Amino acid sequence: MRLKHIATFVCLVMALTLPWALQAAGVDFYVSVVSRMVVYAIAATSLNLLIGYGGMISLGHAAFFGLGAYSTGILLSEGVQSAGLHLLVIGLVTGVMALLIGAISLRTRGVYFIMITLAFAQMLFYLANSVKGYGGDEGLTVKVRSLLPGGMSLQEPATLYYVALALLAGVLFFLHRFTGSRFGRAVQALRDDEVRAEALGLPTFACKLVIFVVAGVVCGIAGGLSVNLQGYVSPNELYWTQSATLMVMVILGGVGTLWGGVLGAVALLLLQEVLSAYTPYFEFWMGWVLLAVVLFARNGLAGMSASLAQWRARL
Amino acid sequence: MSSTVLLDVRRLNKRFGGVVATDQVDLQITQGEIHALIGPNGAGKTTLVAQLAGQVPSDSGSVHFDGMDITRMATHLRARRGLVRSFQITRLFKSMSVLDNLALAIQASLGQVFSAWRPVKQDVDLQDRAMAILVRLGLADKHHWRIEQLSHGEQRALEVGMSLAGNPKLVLLDEPLAGMGLQESEAMTQLIDSLRRDFSVLLIEHDVEAVFRLADTVSVLVSGRIVASGKPADVRTNPAVTAAYLGAAQ
Amino acid sequence: MSGLFLIEQALNGLQLGLMLFLLAAGLTLVFGVMDMINLAHGSLYMVGAFLAAWLVNWSGSFLLGVFGAIVLTALFGMLLEATVLRTLYARDHLSQVLATFALILIINDGTKMIFGNDLPLSTPQALSGPIEILPGLMYSSWRLLLIAVGLVVALLMYVLVQKTRMGALVRAGASNREMSTVMGVNVTQLFTLVFGIGAALCAVAGSLLGPLLAVQVGMGENILILAFVVIVIGGIGSIRGALVGALLVGVVDTLGRTLLQQALREALPPQWASAAGPALASISVYVLMAAMLVFRPQGLFPVRS
Repeated sequence: MRLKHIATFVCLVMALTLPWALQAAGVDFYVSVVSRMVVYAIAATSLNLLIGYGGMISLGHAAFFGLGAYSTGILLSEGVQSAGLHLLVIGLVTGVMALLIGAISLRTRGVYFIMITLAFAQMLFYLANSVKGYGGDEGLTVKVRSLLPGGMSLQEPATLYYVALALLAGVLFFLHRFTGSRFGRAVQALRDDEVRAEALGLPTFACKLVIFVVAGVVCGIAGGLSVNLQGYVSPNELYWTQSATLMVMVILGGVGTLWGGVLGAVALLLLQEVLSAYTPYFEFWMGWVLLAVVLFARNGLAGMSASLAQWRARL
Repeated sequence: MSSTVLLDVRRLNKRFGGVVATDQVDLQITQGEIHALIGPNGAGKTTLVAQLAGQVPSDSGSVHFDGMDITRMATHLRARRGLVRSFQITRLFKSMSVLDNLALAIQASLGQVFSAWRPVKQDVDLQDRAMAILVRLGLADKHHWRIEQLSHGEQRALEVGMSLAGNPKLVLLDEPLAGMGLQESEAMTQLIDSLRRDFSVLLIEHDVEAVFRLADTVSVLVSGRIVASGKPADVRTNPAVTAAYLGAAQ
Repeated sequence: MSGLFLIEQALNGLQLGLMLFLLAAGLTLVFGVMDMINLAHGSLYMVGAFLAAWLVNWSGSFLLGVFGAIVLTALFGMLLEATVLRTLYARDHLSQVLATFALILIINDGTKMIFGNDLPLSTPQALSGPIEILPGLMYSSWRLLLIAVGLVVALLMYVLVQKTRMGALVRAGASNREMSTVMGVNVTQLFTLVFGIGAALCAVAGSLLGPLLAVQVGMGENILILAFVVIVIGGIGSIRGALVGALLVGVVDTLGRTLLQQALREALPPQWASAAGPALASISVYVLMAAMLVFRPQGLFPVRS
């Protein structure tokens, strides 16, 4: 227990001082690389809420990432730079879309739910592909960035990093409180056995819909950060392989664990960074690593630490 | 024992394609009684329970509970109004401890759902209520255990306990003695007997001895129809019942 | 809009549908009998196309190249099944997604390493020109071949599934897996064989579509999703459903693309119409799938008991 707190504290300190450390080492372009990991950690955590805590396996979650990115991208390309406004629009667009998609999709279960979320994401992909006014299939490039109240711009790598980090910390903190709360217990119960949960008096459809919308909005916020980071958003970010990649991050990190999204995103992107420095065929090696994880580390990376603790206890 | 009718089922029907599962069922359960429903395999007992709980929509007929027409009411709303069922195959929340399972059941019955901040563990009232039920079930010392660590009989007891957690008015017990050995059956039978003071019960059971020991009223369901209903002694000697059982068995 | 143009588009839709059927047939059996989500199915299609392209260019004979590709892909598929996929049958859907996605990455980059990003594959000389099938209508002879092959395969699949013992075993497995295991069917061997046939069908589609759509890494990901749409619409586990679903999707997609584009050209500025047409056609395929999942999730020809 205490080890966990120390580890968390150390990680926090490292995370907070990272931009200075990288600058001191003369490799401050890595700040953007780490920011990307933080952005995907937010997205993966939102999917973890949906899959791990809510038991809803969605293969269309990247659509919300894309919606958030496009909302922000379109506003930026029209000269609207207020971060507050971006947040509001992301919340509205992804929230309404998630409400609609969720209200329809949650009438199905199991493999059919996987397929229908996939279908909706593909629809949005083709829509994004066809908006000629905002890049179409070539994607949308933006020259300016979101401005925070006070004038700071997300163009600054360090600023974007800290904003993303703060958002991630907020998301994790809420997730932690959620898990032990009444709503959290209700959702985990319906994940374990929806029929029983309903028979006891829980409004299961309403609970699932709320989780679906929250997960979608949080992922949309990650998308908004992403377009600021890259200066670019493409329809490919809504393609099913992106949803699958997010899912891979969650599974890799540990489904249903607090840090699962973070561990999975960081691990996958780090692996990608390291491997691509050595070979253009990095996906080949990544595939083997993922395969090994599925076959041998059933509970992901977070599960491995639990297994490690068990193994140590037996010694 | 008062004679107010708590559950009033009139001419309930349900077909699945060509198969009639529930055929013009009339059933009345009075307050404070243990009402048993027996019948041969395939008679439609579980379908009837599912209809009463709201999980299977009825084709026609009506269900009135505590004076209210609940025929088209959703399952979770029926549970909130005090009509709760247990399951023939144990359904418990495997990721939570024994105590947390019960706490969740109580929380659900109170409609405390959309609160996402305060930890449930800090609600002393809730935890005490859950513990009290565990004491009644004889599982108090195992409150922190995971579900898979319990024996089959203990799981079945917890299964019944979950339905009682919210102080329902009527409990639909679906074969609570299923798969139990002699000792466990005895314990469960005593538990059900003790419910008499606090709840009304619709008991679906195959164990005819237990039924005749516990029940105030017995109804017999054969091929979806109620063929007899009354005091245990009368039903036992009713020639139509034995004929129907034998007839259905052929 | 002439009647001949409509016939031409309908034939294109038929051709696409029959090729989709080749992919969907294998996929629906895997999903139906073993309840396994196999995202790597599209990779078998890609491998088939690459092998065909390489063998055709190396041997100079189209026929030899295609047959070689079919055999090699079938073997590759069976190897995959016997090593990795078999361990996934008992696992949950999430693990299956992760593992088969990993396979996509490995097979994609593996193909890139061995063959490069793409290979040229052209139709044999004899079939590269159009023929007149109706007065005034010239149609690609290669596409006609595809339609012919597709129909022959559909017929063979019908015979296999309905008239042979193996087919009966597979159908039993699709409708009730536990029962057929209990009844002593050697599901393991049956399954490897079924997988091999599915892989062979992917190779047929890959080598025949290669000249039309270009043989390149990543060609599997797009067609895989369409295959899933097909089996959802048709009914998971049903070959008949795969055929009907595939024809439906093929026709809706093809006709949708051209008809919608023409219709929209009247209403919208040209560059919008040229993008919106195909987009709406693709979207309508997914709308069809979503509607099916909400109103009749078991599909047009339900199989599962």
